[in-house]
Amino acid sequence: MSQGSLGGGQSPALSTGSLGGPQPANLGDILERVLDKGIVIAGDIKVNLLDIELLTIKLRLVIASLDTANQVGINWWKSDPWLSADAANGSKRQELERENRELRDRVEALEAGSRDDE
Amino acid sequence: MTSDSGWVWLYGVAGDGFEAVAGDVAGVGGRPPRTITAAGLTAIVGDVGDREYGEVVLPRNLEDLDWLARTARAHHAVLEAVTARDPVVPMRLATLFADDDGVIGMLRERAADLRRALSVVSARSEWGVKAYAAKPAEPAVAPASQATGPGAAYLQRRRAQLNASKDAREEALASAQAVYAELGRLAVSARLYPPQTPDLAGQPTPMVLNAAYLVANEQAGEFASAVTELATRHRFVQLTITGPWPAYSFVGEGERPGPR
Repeated sequence: MSQGSLGGGQSPALSTGSLGGPQPANLGDILERVLDKGIVIAGDIKVNLLDIELLTIKLRLVIASLDTANQVGINWWKSDPWLSADAANGSKRQELERENRELRDRVEALEAGSRDDE
Repeated sequence: MTSDSGWVWLYGVAGDGFEAVAGDVAGVGGRPPRTITAAGLTAIVGDVGDREYGEVVLPRNLEDLDWLARTARAHHAVLEAVTARDPVVPMRLATLFADDDGVIGMLRERAADLRRALSVVSARSEWGVKAYAAKPAEPAVAPASQATGPGAAYLQRRRAQLNASKDAREEALASAQAVYAELGRLAVSARLYPPQTPDLAGQPTPMVLNAAYLVANEQAGEFASAVTELATRHRFVQLTITGPWPAYSFVGEGERPGPR
């Protein structure tokens, strides 16, 4: 399954984040409604609702894992520094790593500059 | 139709004034929807084959994300088409009966529940409102820092960036709460969904609010204006609105034990 088909139906205009009238429904919006909501009537085929709830969780996991295979939790937003104070601590490490990378780039740039001078 | 050849897929239930499903909607499995009337109610149904929707294969197919996506979209498309004209109680995905008699029996048995649900969704629509954290703005570099040397200036700038990011996060979460509460005043009821992953949402910044509102149709304009107004007032979030939806999020009360 590709990201494209999962995110299909999403308007590219949405990525600008601007509020220009109602946006088309994305697949996530549809699935969280038709799997978790809607009136429950016992039909002649018994689909285990617990299975379906597991499925939605699984779906979130699959989608999250496509791009971020290394860090997946069921409550994915708990690992998101924007949404959780706990995770904000974890993000300090990422900040440091990024800062370290930036410093290394600067050193490299400086070294390259001094070599040009020789 | 017998269970030998297939199953009856239930999309939703409307009142007795419901006329017919518009002919141009391809239903689940590509079969056009039809109606069954009983107990003063109209079931919107479709016929699906046993090979794809039978008791044994259905659970397996529901685990197949491509199949699930296709089926969910088809189920939704039918409901979207019929709720545009009439109040309809949407069913959860994969509500299947062996034959029309099964549907008729259910309509009679659950008539009171279904009428109650119909009155909840009548002349009302569901709207989705999401808030995404806005990208934190780059803090302005203090010009005086030049005097303290490039190293100190760099650190100063990094500290300012980190602070700005933390403030933006807190502001985004606070804005999300304010937006949720304020829009609730214009709605009959409201539901919260967990925020979607950035991949699923197709947005680069985190989702901080994923809410559904049941809004009277005559208030839909006012509701949309309120979202626009809130979007300009809360600069730490970006708001999107989806809808009108079939009232999926507001027909299941009392059907599920406890909160999700």
